[in-house]
Amino acid sequence: MNIHEYQAKELFEKFGVPTPKGQVADTPEAAREAAQGLGSEIVVKAQVHAGGRGKGTFKNGFQGGVHLVKNADEAATIAEKMIGQTLVTHQTGEEGKLVSKVMIADAVDIEKEYYLAILMDRESRSPVIVASTEGGVNIEEVAEKTPELIHNEKIHPLLGLQPYEIRNVASKLGFSGDTAKQFAKLLKGLFKLFMECDCSMVEINPLVTTPDGQVLALDAKFDFDDNALYRHPDIQELHDPTEEDPREVEAAKYDLNYIGLDGNIACLVNGAGLAMATMDIIKHCGGEPANFLDVGGGATQEQVRNAFKIILGDPNVKGILVNIFGGIMDCDVIAKGIVAACGEVNLNIPLVVRLEGNNVAAGKETLANSDVDLIAADTLADAAEKAVAAIAA
Amino acid sequence: MAILVDENTKVLIQGITGSFGGRHAQLSLDYGTQLVAGVTPGKGGQTFGGSVPIFDTVEEAVAETGATVSAIFVPPPFAADAILESVDAGVDLAVAITEGIPVMDMMRVRAAMLGSKTRLIGPNCPGVVTPGLGKDSHGGCRIGIAPGYIHKRGKVGVVSRSGTLTYEAVYQLTNLGLGQSTCVGIGGDPINGTSHLDIMKMFNEDPETEAIIMIGEIGGTAEEEAAAWAKDNCDKPIAGFIAGATAPPGRRMGHAGAIVSGGMGTAEAKMEAMRDAGIEVAQNPSDMGAALVRAMG
Repeated sequence: MNIHEYQAKELFEKFGVPTPKGQVADTPEAAREAAQGLGSEIVVKAQVHAGGRGKGTFKNGFQGGVHLVKNADEAATIAEKMIGQTLVTHQTGEEGKLVSKVMIADAVDIEKEYYLAILMDRESRSPVIVASTEGGVNIEEVAEKTPELIHNEKIHPLLGLQPYEIRNVASKLGFSGDTAKQFAKLLKGLFKLFMECDCSMVEINPLVTTPDGQVLALDAKFDFDDNALYRHPDIQELHDPTEEDPREVEAAKYDLNYIGLDGNIACLVNGAGLAMATMDIIKHCGGEPANFLDVGGGATQEQVRNAFKIILGDPNVKGILVNIFGGIMDCDVIAKGIVAACGEVNLNIPLVVRLEGNNVAAGKETLANSDVDLIAADTLADAAEKAVAAIAA
Repeated sequence: MAILVDENTKVLIQGITGSFGGRHAQLSLDYGTQLVAGVTPGKGGQTFGGSVPIFDTVEEAVAETGATVSAIFVPPPFAADAILESVDAGVDLAVAITEGIPVMDMMRVRAAMLGSKTRLIGPNCPGVVTPGLGKDSHGGCRIGIAPGYIHKRGKVGVVSRSGTLTYEAVYQLTNLGLGQSTCVGIGGDPINGTSHLDIMKMFNEDPETEAIIMIGEIGGTAEEEAAAWAKDNCDKPIAGFIAGATAPPGRRMGHAGAIVSGGMGTAEAKMEAMRDAGIEVAQNPSDMGAALVRAMG
C-alpha cells in the first residue's frame, strides 16, 4: 500500500523525522492560510501518488503539478487551478488522476542531495539501510553504474539499530559535527517508524542538507506490508482507493486477488502460482492475458460470480479462460458459480473452462446440463490454445 | 526413505479446532497419516474426530504422544507465536500453512530459531506429502492442505513455492506413471523457513529420490541459488519451471514474495540460471511432467 506525500510528512513528524515546514490544503482558502506562516519562497504540490508531477499537465490546460510562489495570494491562485482538476503525468496514464488536495510548504535551499532508505531484505531476513551521496536521482541507475557509491547497513532483526551503525552510515555520507548529530536523530526516528508501522520500504529521495545547516527529508515513498495492516488501523485509514484501479478495489471487497493487465484474454484461476502460470501459457500460445485473478484456495460460488463480473467489466476482454485445479476445492462449486454468473451477465464472448481435480465429474456435468455456451478443455495447454483460437475466430 | 516425513511420522496440528485446520486434519486422518494430537489453547482434554486428543500446549502434546512434527493452521495474528511454541517444544519439523503472516513477524521468528533443532517449512505453503503405497497413495504422510489422491508413491522429488501449481505438476507426473518420493511446498512468502536449496540438498542425499522437479516463481533469488548449487553438486536429473514470465514489474502477484523489483527476480533470469545448471526447463506449465521425462532421458 502507498500513501500521499502529505501523509508521509505527517508520519515523519510523528516519528521525529524533520521535513520542510508546511501543511496540506483542500481548498484555495485553506492554501492561503497554510501559506501565511511560511517564508518568501513557497512550493505548491498536487497530491497524487504518481511521479512526474512537475512535468504533468492538468486536463484544464494548466501546466505543472508543482509550482513555486512568493506569497499566500499566489498560493491560493495556484491551488484553485489544481484542486478538483485531473493531472496527467507519464505515470498516470492518459486518464490522469483527480487532485483533491495540495501540499503548501516552504521551498528549501538545497546544499546537497542524498539518498536514504530502509527496506526489508528477503535474502538476509533483516532490515537494511541503504544510503548514498547520490540523491535526487534514480537510485537504480546509481546502483548499476556506480555501486561503490551505495552503502548497505544490515540491521539485526532482534537487536535493532545500534549507535555504531548510525555512525557508519553518517560517515559514509560524509556527515560530521552538528550535521551528523541531526542525521543520527533522523535515522533513529526513521528506523522506529519502519519497524513500528510494519513498512516493507521507506525511501527518502532526496534527503537534503541546507546552507543553514539543517538535514531534511524532502520527498518520501512508503510501502507497507499488506499482511500487517490489520494491526495498524491508523495506516489503513491513509489508503486512498481513488489512486487504484477501480477493478482491483472492487475485487478486494470479495477477497479476490486481481491485477489488471493490457491483454484481451481474461483468466480466472485458483492459486497465485497457477494464476501466474496460466497468464504465461496464454502468452506462450500467442495470446495476451487481460488480468491476474486468483480466487483463492477455498473459493465460494459467490466469489466466482463476483470474479466474473469484475473481469467482464474490462472492455478489452474478448474471451475468458477459467482454469481450476480443485485440490481440495470442489470443482462442482466452481461450476455452479460459473453457471450462476453467466445467468446474470449476458455473456457474449467465448468462455473456455478447464476443470481438474476434486469432484471434477460432477462439475463437468453441472456445466454440460446448463445452457451456458462454453468450450471445454482438458489440460492447461489445451485450454490456452482454445482460448487464443476462440478470440481469433 | 523419502525426505522430512514418512508413513510412521507422528504429527500434531496447532489450530485443529478451527474450521480450516479441522477440515484438513480430517483429510489427513482419512489419508492414513499418523495424526496423534491437536493443540488449541483452552480446549485441552477434548478430542478431535472422536479419537485424536487435544492439548492446551504443544509441550504437553509432544510429551504425551511423541509427535515430532507440527502443522500450524493458526490465524495470522497468532501464527508467529504458534511457530515459536512448537520450536520451544522441540519438534523436528514445523510446517506453517497460514497465509498472511506479517513479514516482521517471520523475520523475528527466523532470527529466534537460530540454533534450534527445528526446521520450519512455510509459511503460506501447501505443506509436505510423502505418498503411501495404498490406493490413491493412501497410507502416506500428508501434512497441510494438498489433495492426497493426486499423488503416487515413487521416485521423483517435487519442490515448489506454490500450492495449486504444485498439484498441477504432481498430477502430470502421476498421469505419466511417475510417482513421487516426497512433495514439498516451501511457501510463497518473502521470508520463509526452508529454501529450494535446502530441499534440493535433501533430495540429492535421499536414495529413494532419483529425479527432481523444482518449481519457482518470480521474486527473490532462491531459485538461482538452488540452480547454481545443483550445477556442481547434483547428478540426479532435474526439471524446472518458473511462473510469472508475463507478470508486470513492481506488482505483487498474489503471493507476497512474488514481485519483480529493481530488475531483480525476473522469470528470464531464473530460467537462464536453471538452463545454465543443466536443468530441463519446461516451456509452459503443461510441460512440467514431460520436461522431467526429457531430463531423465
